[in-house]
Amino acid sequence: MKRFIGFVTKEFYHIFRDKRTMFILFGMPIAQIMLFGFAITNEINNVNIAILDKSKDAETQKIINKISSSKYFKINEEITNENQIESVFKRGKVKAVLVFEKDFIKNIQTIKQAKVQVITDATDPNVANTISNYVNAILLNYTQEINKNNKSSHQIQTQTQLYYNPELKSIFTFVPGVMTIILMLVSAMMTSISITREKELGTMEVLLVSPLKPFQVIIGKVFPYIFLSIINAAIILLLGFFVFGMPIEGNLFLLAFESVLFITTALSLGILISTVSNSQQTAMMLSLMGLMLPVIILSGFIFPVSSMPLPLQIISNIIPAKWFIIIIKAILLKGATISVIWKETLILIGMTVFFIAISVKKYKIRLE
Amino acid sequence: MSIKVQNISKSYNKIKAVEAISFEVKEGELFGLIGPDGAGKTTIFRILTTLLLANEGTASVAGFDVVKEYKAIRNSVGYMPGKFSLYQDLTVEENLKFFATIFGTTIEENFDLIKDIYIQIEPFKARRAGALSGGMKQKLALCCALIHKPKVLFLDEPTTGVDPVSRKEFWQMLKRLQQKGITILVSTPYMDEAALCDRIALIQKGSILKIDSPENIIKKYDKIIYDIKAKNKHQLILDLKNYPSQYSVFAFGECIHYIDKNSVFNSTDLQNYLLEKKHMEIEISVSNPTIEDVFMDL
Repeated sequence: MKRFIGFVTKEFYHIFRDKRTMFILFGMPIAQIMLFGFAITNEINNVNIAILDKSKDAETQKIINKISSSKYFKINEEITNENQIESVFKRGKVKAVLVFEKDFIKNIQTIKQAKVQVITDATDPNVANTISNYVNAILLNYTQEINKNNKSSHQIQTQTQLYYNPELKSIFTFVPGVMTIILMLVSAMMTSISITREKELGTMEVLLVSPLKPFQVIIGKVFPYIFLSIINAAIILLLGFFVFGMPIEGNLFLLAFESVLFITTALSLGILISTVSNSQQTAMMLSLMGLMLPVIILSGFIFPVSSMPLPLQIISNIIPAKWFIIIIKAILLKGATISVIWKETLILIGMTVFFIAISVKKYKIRLE
Repeated sequence: MSIKVQNISKSYNKIKAVEAISFEVKEGELFGLIGPDGAGKTTIFRILTTLLLANEGTASVAGFDVVKEYKAIRNSVGYMPGKFSLYQDLTVEENLKFFATIFGTTIEENFDLIKDIYIQIEPFKARRAGALSGGMKQKLALCCALIHKPKVLFLDEPTTGVDPVSRKEFWQMLKRLQQKGITILVSTPYMDEAALCDRIALIQKGSILKIDSPENIIKKYDKIIYDIKAKNKHQLILDLKNYPSQYSVFAFGECIHYIDKNSVFNSTDLQNYLLEKKHMEIEISVSNPTIEDVFMDL
């Protein structure tokens, strides 16, 4: 036990004395969550649009007022004919143009049908999609209002309700995502680097020729990072909760247990990486290319797994991060209990055991 | 016997590093492995410290087999690798404390063993190991290798890259440790250090050429070596190599060491030959052979 404490103390000296490590450990989580929270967002606010109103009557004016009074749109320009549409887009001043047909009010009264055309600038497809959805929602709202007085009309009304994230806030997906990335990075990359550093500096040679057993070396290496990763997870959740209003619906103990489980999975991957690489550079490249990219791309953090081609969907199953993101989203947003996420939990446990088994088998008690 | 090596061979990807090496080190002996870089010294150290497995042969350290009883060996030896292998970001004191702890001991418990060495680096005990000078680093590494009172001490080129004064001090320390009953196996590329060992093995290209005490090795050397000096040293070597009865010629510090093929050697003949070649300030004298001379001749 004394040996173990001595070893862990030494590891903490390494960590606290290296500015680069300290920055990755504590600077990055905060920077990332702030960036994702404030800069990267799928929501739209104050989008500039142009109006081409060929009718200019009381009804079109009502709709235009409705649109401009919402916080989503700002009417930037009014144009008078179709030829101008292209040029306002090209100047990049507006993201969408709303075209009201001629005799708008007359058409509503006589044939009970009038047309509004929504033209969006789809150079950014996500934004274009969101804009047209928002405009549709406003128009739907308007039709419902005028139909209230008209009892004779039969129609189906859809009532959409968005569960768990009614405002479609992107931060709700980014907090779990960033947490996953950070835990993966800290746990896997930092441990693999810290083990290979001993190999590179030759201190591993001295450690091998000592009564320390291999598992003592590994546990001693891993322990500080478990500790630091837990702190990191807590920082991210607290930032999400207090700064961005991220809900934490589920049980905190379950959340802590699942986080520690994922940290262990990532650490065992880190150990595995360190057994196959001999230099810090290789370890870093393996962690970055082998772990970070799949985590970002295939875990469902940014791109939904269900819309990937089948081969990629299959590959995504071997990414531990995918399962952790499912688990943590369920706990944070839906307040899920273990009865809901036991399958994902078992998969993570299985992966951890598998990685540790290979690492133990591959761990060298000698050089070479 | 403290160390016993029998017919050890080791190759890396078909390149032979050491071939059929055998030697024995007695308890309390200071034994030197002398040879140039790439001779296979480090490989021998790594096999004996259980870091590498030999392809052939057997070896034992402190009575334990290097393959089967590697754990027992790791408990009872001190090892100082050729490359500085301490934690550069830890201070002198922290390094020492760390190694004491992992060997299950404390600095106080074996302080008398390292006292002589430690007092020299004590003024810098709060300094990080990476900021020490070469000689200081080696003294600290020696302290760390000694802190658990090992039975056998392995020092792989401990004085490489260390200034001459520190080298001398280092060897005095080894002598003192030897008096405390520790068996020491040391390797060095410096021939002048060989004379300080009890016995030495001369190694080249993975084979042992000779094992004996330094005195005996020199005593058994039967050729006469001449120190030759002249103003133009470079031209002197070239001309000596063209002298019909030359056996070997090599630079040795200030002068040239010259060995003649014939046991009867007339120095005036050589002097005349050199004068003919327009050399100036020629000096020829008989020299005492050193380990380096023996090594060059092997």
